[in-house]
Amino acid sequence: MTKNKETKRIVFQSESEMPVTAMSLGSMLYNKTGAWRNIRPEVDRAKCIQCGICWKFCPDASIDIVDNWPVVDYDFCKGCGICAEECPTKCIVMVEEVK
Amino acid sequence: MKKVIMGNHALSYGAMLSRAQVIAAYPITPQTQVVELLSEMCASKTLDAKFIKVESEHSAMAASLGASLAGARTFTATSAQGLALMHELLHWASGGRLPVVMGNINRAMAPGWSIWTDQNDSLSQRDTGWIQFYCSSNQEVLDTVIQAFKVSEKLLIPSMVILDAFALSHTYEIVEIPEQKDVDAYLPPFNPPYRLTPSDPHAFFGLTGPEHYFELRYKLQKDMEKVPALIEETGREFERIFGRSLGLVDEYMCDDAEFLFITSGTAGYTARVAVDDLRREGVKAGNFRMKVFRPFPFDKVRGIAQKAKKVAVVDRNLSYGHHGIFYQEVKSALYGRDGMPPVFGYVTGLGGRDITPGDFKEIYRLASSKNTPDEEIGWIGVKR
Repeated sequence: MTKNKETKRIVFQSESEMPVTAMSLGSMLYNKTGAWRNIRPEVDRAKCIQCGICWKFCPDASIDIVDNWPVVDYDFCKGCGICAEECPTKCIVMVEEVK
Repeated sequence: MKKVIMGNHALSYGAMLSRAQVIAAYPITPQTQVVELLSEMCASKTLDAKFIKVESEHSAMAASLGASLAGARTFTATSAQGLALMHELLHWASGGRLPVVMGNINRAMAPGWSIWTDQNDSLSQRDTGWIQFYCSSNQEVLDTVIQAFKVSEKLLIPSMVILDAFALSHTYEIVEIPEQKDVDAYLPPFNPPYRLTPSDPHAFFGLTGPEHYFELRYKLQKDMEKVPALIEETGREFERIFGRSLGLVDEYMCDDAEFLFITSGTAGYTARVAVDDLRREGVKAGNFRMKVFRPFPFDKVRGIAQKAKKVAVVDRNLSYGHHGIFYQEVKSALYGRDGMPPVFGYVTGLGGRDITPGDFKEIYRLASSKNTPDEEIGWIGVKR
């Protein structure tokens, strides 16, 4: 499944156009939480067995499966490290962000 | 069918007849029998609902929100410290526009530990965006639960149905239990305009920036302003089906009243006895029991108060450093308008101390002796 990466910001001009509650305002598309990250997960495909456990455990849906490989979405990954912790072959390693 | 039941069970029967689909609750004295009976009803299939046991009131409300968001009619109940623990989630319910109905048994906040009644628990939640109904009889409790679901679901605002600890919660009264078919005719199934469902996925309650938050809160207030008229409309409909009225307020001998009590809860029923006594003594007294406190019934309060020569607001609660909370709000509703009478405020009955007809007569004597209210709180019954 491909992600909708449309980042056009929704801004309603009037309350009457808005839903009754904070629902599908699209704010999580442009609020790129990846900037919060201190350490980044990197996948070593040589060790990856394509089990999908990282995809299942990611609490922020920031791992996509592309052609059976896990691909980290660095726009949104906050670097929590759960994928690296859960990976049975330890093919995911957390690397310090240096910028 | 008539039954002799306690106030807590009036809440349970109200939820049962409303066909609540999910009940998530944590027990706390004096609320326990509410969910005890509901759990028995769920176990025996008298009520086709999912009963969710949780480890705290915070979780009880969290589970209720999830259930309501999924489109289930949801009921819970709590009291005092439990309500306080729910505080954060109460905002999620109203801001999320989830029409949960909750029973709250008014119990004084600790310390010292108290299980007896006063209103500071629910009034501490005044600004959370919930409708608040204060009841004065077990019949009113049962009927109000059914009405609360109807009002809440129409406007997507949660409701608290509030009753006094012990004075109602554990007091047995004769209650007419409505027929299920009549309740079904009055209260259609819950059909929210949106819900959490895989067939129509949405992201709920995500980050809401300054460009949108304000408008969502404006919408909540605008819908809150529609509540009084809807309570009156659904109250009239209730009366047509069940023969009992349900209004915003309960007026007792107010039309020609020169001395008007403004009261709430069971004390608002005791006040009737005092009004009868005072009338026998030749005093034109009346009692205006405020049933709905949020939204505040401005028009009703102004309309009745302006006919009186003096108003005495009786609070079983206190905003420390200010006055009784109903007193503050009544004064604010009348302020700046021509022809309004002086308003006197009295605090009594904290922590479940009895409020008697004699206390109301004492209030009448105190207020009659003055033309303008004192700055100091009118304390009734405090040992000093």
